[in-house]
Amino acid sequence: MSRESEATLETAPIEVYGERAPQSDAFLSVRDLRVHFPTDDGLVKAVDGISFDVHRGKILGIVGESGSGKSVTSQAILGLHKRTRAQVTGQIWFNGRDLVEVSEGDMRGLRGNDIAMIFQDPLSSLHPFYRVGAQISEAYRVHNSVSKAEARRVTVEMLDRVGIPNPSSRYDDYPHQFSGGMRQRAMIAMALVCRPTLLIADEPTTALDVTVQAQILELMKELAGEFNSAIILITHDLGVVAETCADVVVMYGGQCVEKGAVEDLFYRPEMPYAWGLLGSMPRMDRTRQARLTPIPGQPPSLIQVPKGCVFQPRCQFKDRVEGNRCVTEHPELLETAPGHAVRCHIDPAERRQIFTNEILPVL
Amino acid sequence: MIRYIIRRLLGAVVVVWVVSVVTFLIFQLAPKLSGQSPVYYYIAKQPPPKGSVQFRELEHAFGFDRPLLQQYWRWLTQIFKAHQVSNGSGESSACHLPCLGYSFKLHTQVSSLIWDAIPVSLGLAVGASLLWLVGGLLVGTISGLRPGSIFDRIGMVGTLTAVSVPIFFTGPILLLLVVYKWKWLPDVSYASITDDPVQWLKSMILPWIALAFAFAALYARLTRANMMETMSEDFIRTARAKGLPRRTVVLKHGLRAALTPIITIFGIDLGTLIGSMVITETVFNLKGLGWLSIQAIRGKDLPVIMGVTIIAAIALVVANVVVDVLYAVIDPRVRLS
Repeated sequence: MSRESEATLETAPIEVYGERAPQSDAFLSVRDLRVHFPTDDGLVKAVDGISFDVHRGKILGIVGESGSGKSVTSQAILGLHKRTRAQVTGQIWFNGRDLVEVSEGDMRGLRGNDIAMIFQDPLSSLHPFYRVGAQISEAYRVHNSVSKAEARRVTVEMLDRVGIPNPSSRYDDYPHQFSGGMRQRAMIAMALVCRPTLLIADEPTTALDVTVQAQILELMKELAGEFNSAIILITHDLGVVAETCADVVVMYGGQCVEKGAVEDLFYRPEMPYAWGLLGSMPRMDRTRQARLTPIPGQPPSLIQVPKGCVFQPRCQFKDRVEGNRCVTEHPELLETAPGHAVRCHIDPAERRQIFTNEILPVL
Repeated sequence: MIRYIIRRLLGAVVVVWVVSVVTFLIFQLAPKLSGQSPVYYYIAKQPPPKGSVQFRELEHAFGFDRPLLQQYWRWLTQIFKAHQVSNGSGESSACHLPCLGYSFKLHTQVSSLIWDAIPVSLGLAVGASLLWLVGGLLVGTISGLRPGSIFDRIGMVGTLTAVSVPIFFTGPILLLLVVYKWKWLPDVSYASITDDPVQWLKSMILPWIALAFAFAALYARLTRANMMETMSEDFIRTARAKGLPRRTVVLKHGLRAALTPIITIFGIDLGTLIGSMVITETVFNLKGLGWLSIQAIRGKDLPVIMGVTIIAAIALVVANVVVDVLYAVIDPRVRLS
């Protein structure tokens, strides 16, 4: 009898999830998203045709170096780009609605309430002149018509939940009185206070030291599980991806160059850029000279995107393709295995061979 | 916060003391450098020939025969001590507290001259600064939110024009048009606010506009630049990501942050304001401190010049303490550091 009731308790949350789950199996579907900024120097193609799915209770990692379009993508989902300055096209399906098409007023209702964001630098992302607690309460009170006292109670509870000691007295502190890790916890509390179903974390641990990083990531994972939220984790730290994510999108020059399950990316990467990323992870068990292998060259200009493959100017393997196609022809993002897609002209079989014979031994 | 205010006030006392020393030295020593006896500037007529008994008696009466340090001490303590003043040729008067001296030129206490002038100047300064702050912030905020828009372009050309036009030009033009040509305000003679508030307003509105015009333009440009910078800050993005309405984002999160540098500039501009008030009061014939100082300088009436200088300095120091406190109210980081 007691065993049975235990079993029902365990399955109960899953049933709730089943009720809430949307018809399509993905909770957020981004299709061919493009974000272009017209400037005096030309059209900046910050994001140029990216597609991915995020599921509830799972974490999708978006990796890439600075300027690859990670943050621009996330801000497009939140509708934070000024419509006068950015041209956003494509589709962002969230809960049966296309966020590219919804009005600014509707988007405002979703922001913070259904979709929340944790920003990279918590010091500059918190308003220096307002108390930390008040800034979180404010986020709660926009979407819930409650008294100040009630909002304060919810906020203190949330601050406690994210691990801030003495939450009711820290409520009245200003951001500059918080330490870096505490500020990021406060940012997380602010993002989660309305229990959003989609959480976007834009490099949430970049400004923090390593020990705090691990705590923050653990906290995010825990809370995502608790609220059954979908999470997009934007980072350039592959270690973080390996630890937390289920799926990964690798971005380069505003495009998705490889995507798949986290195992695909770490054990069977096929795109030369992904190899480069893995190679540039520091290995402390190697000699100083062999610790990391940088990718030569610079990220591409987003105004004058390279012809052919976007990674081609830095790619060491473009001579493995017949007829100079890497330079002349833009490769499609093609599935090589279920759920694993790669944008590369090199023949899939050859790619796997290069990885096992040439890349893996030096990783 | 209380400690912050006390610290600022103590600092202000020191500044006022330094101002008193500097003022004393300049006005006491400058006549000596020009070879004139300072007595001349005190009694407002040619003193008896140097070396004569009367001359020495006069110098002694004003304390000029003593060492400089003693002279300063005497001058300072006499402010708080009622005493007799005499010009050595029959005219003498009791100097009431606070005794800033006696003007033999105008045959009045300096303090009562200043006392009459303060309400005029205060009304002018407060009204004009309110006008320029409100106008400047309004134009600057709207421009800063939509840089490059029609409003912004017109606003910025307008402010550039306003900055380039001096008060001694706008003042007379305003008088000419509003008072003489269109006769909207036929009578702009000054009345005290307690006697006739409506007439006071009528007499003040043109000086306010003339004085605020140039300043408002400067503040509009400043606000525009600050607003543009603030609106691209990360915390504004956070505010938008929370789903706050645009008005809250702009006013509560944007403008408040954009305001701090403006308040700093405002504190500094109060000094410039005193100079501009001299011109404004002269143009509009308002008998305030600026007008009084011009009268005193023309008449070489040293006690009045010194009195006005000290009072203006104190007013400026007090205003700056207020600005500092305001700054701390807006930016909590200032209070604690």
